[in-house]
Amino acid sequence: MNWQAVGAIYRYEMARFFRTIAQSFLSPVLSTSLYFVVFGTAIGSRINEVEGVSYGAFIVPGLIMLSVMTQATTNASFGIYFPKFIGTVYELLSAPVNFFEIVLGYVGAAATKALLIGLVILATATLFVDLTVLHPGAMVAFLLLTCLSFALFGFIIGIWARNFEQLQLIPLLVVTPLVFLGGAFYSISMLPPGWQTVTYFNPVVYLISGFRWAFFGTSDVPVALSLLAIAGFLLMCLAVVWAIFRTGYRIKS
Amino acid sequence: MPAIVETRGLTKVYGDGTEALKPLDLDIEEGEILALLGPNGAGKTTLISMLCGLVSPSGGHARVGGHDIITRYREARALIGLVPQEIALEPFQKVWDAVRFTRGLFGLRRDDAHIEEVLRTLSLWDKRRAKINELSGGMKRRVLIAKALSHNPRVLFLDEPTAGVDVDLRRDMWDMVADLRRDGVTIILTTHYIEEAEAIADRVGVINHGELLLLEQKQALMTRLGRKTLRIELRKPVEAVPGGLSGYDLELAEDGRSLSYHYDTQGEGTGITALLQDLSREGLALRDIHTRQSSLEEIFVDLVKGDDA
Repeated sequence: MNWQAVGAIYRYEMARFFRTIAQSFLSPVLSTSLYFVVFGTAIGSRINEVEGVSYGAFIVPGLIMLSVMTQATTNASFGIYFPKFIGTVYELLSAPVNFFEIVLGYVGAAATKALLIGLVILATATLFVDLTVLHPGAMVAFLLLTCLSFALFGFIIGIWARNFEQLQLIPLLVVTPLVFLGGAFYSISMLPPGWQTVTYFNPVVYLISGFRWAFFGTSDVPVALSLLAIAGFLLMCLAVVWAIFRTGYRIKS
Repeated sequence: MPAIVETRGLTKVYGDGTEALKPLDLDIEEGEILALLGPNGAGKTTLISMLCGLVSPSGGHARVGGHDIITRYREARALIGLVPQEIALEPFQKVWDAVRFTRGLFGLRRDDAHIEEVLRTLSLWDKRRAKINELSGGMKRRVLIAKALSHNPRVLFLDEPTAGVDVDLRRDMWDMVADLRRDGVTIILTTHYIEEAEAIADRVGVINHGELLLLEQKQALMTRLGRKTLRIELRKPVEAVPGGLSGYDLELAEDGRSLSYHYDTQGEGTGITALLQDLSREGLALRDIHTRQSSLEEIFVDLVKGDDA
């Protein structure tokens, strides 16, 4: 293992994050606060408790997931796309590093950034609502798995993308809608039965449900199923990354 | 001494069937400076890209420092520094960080003293805290070289290093190449500029249409292929080449004041003695004579033209 290289890539990616610290943290904090004001206060005051939890608190896990998933995806995809775009990818290819080390550096950094943002949002949320986390260990585990798997997912998009439009296409058209429709702001049980069935085909439902269980002990789907879903997604991403590694897809001619 | 870079049947065929490099056997000795000449698209960059890991070979083998570039790529690549043709740098990074990053990628521990030395050699020390996008084109090229030297490579590939570079930088670069050579670094450079190959290379290879047409010691090449011209200036102009000299391949200048005689230095006899004797027999008084050897450029143009024909 070339750990020096992993460290170099990781530090480089983190430096990019801290160079734009204002945007990196301010925008998720600002948008979360807006969600609290709009959903929590304005709408929440008209909604009774959901599954025994105040509406303001109920949306916290979903809000964190929303940010973590989009941040992990966009950070990782941009991280590997940018060197391809400006040509500095030559350096990665000519260095004594293997693909696994490259992935570890980029995905590790993107997951770290997403995790930091998730924690900042959690901290921001405590300013608006009373929060207790029933299963802190499970919460951290769900958070870490989500950061990691969506960073891998983003890495794949970054390798696949040929231009900036493609780079933004998936996060914008797939991830965000799935998260919004995945029960970030409501319980699945609040939907009509037909829509509930449709919703179960949305993989994000399982992630948000499991994460919410870690907070409040209630969930839309069994926790084991949630765990299975995130593990499955992680394995799928790893398999695709492995295939990219084997074929040199869109990085090496 | 075993070659530090050796290729056996190394070849590249792109997906669309383009044969970018025909099977190539090449040995590059440790410590030598090899210049690869050839027009655009000749296959120079493809060759370098394969040796450095940017492009996968379609066939054949290559070893750097005795390590196969595919199966033992870590050992092979650790020996290599690459300065690419295009300027590719992260615009918002600082010079110092950019160079340190490359050293890290090559698996080496941080060594500020070494990086300082590299930056000073390349006159980048004052710019170490500048962001890349604040630098001029020439400075950016220096940064690319600094990155390539950050991990003490034993083999340095310079792909068109002086394309669009000012005189100062070109001279600095030649000095740098001379320094590196003293340290025993092997240097492979591709270039369009014949004068560059002529000035710094030990051996010259000419590539065209993915094929190595020629590979020779520069001096030997120039002597072997070098045709010389003997220019004879006459004291009094003549109207035509005197009949007694018709046996020689002579060219008379328009003003009738000089004759040019082309000969091959490798020929059995150059015919100069006989020519001079015949000149005096014809009663021509000479003002001056001088000889001129054809440059590498002329040799190169002849070769590539012959290949294209």
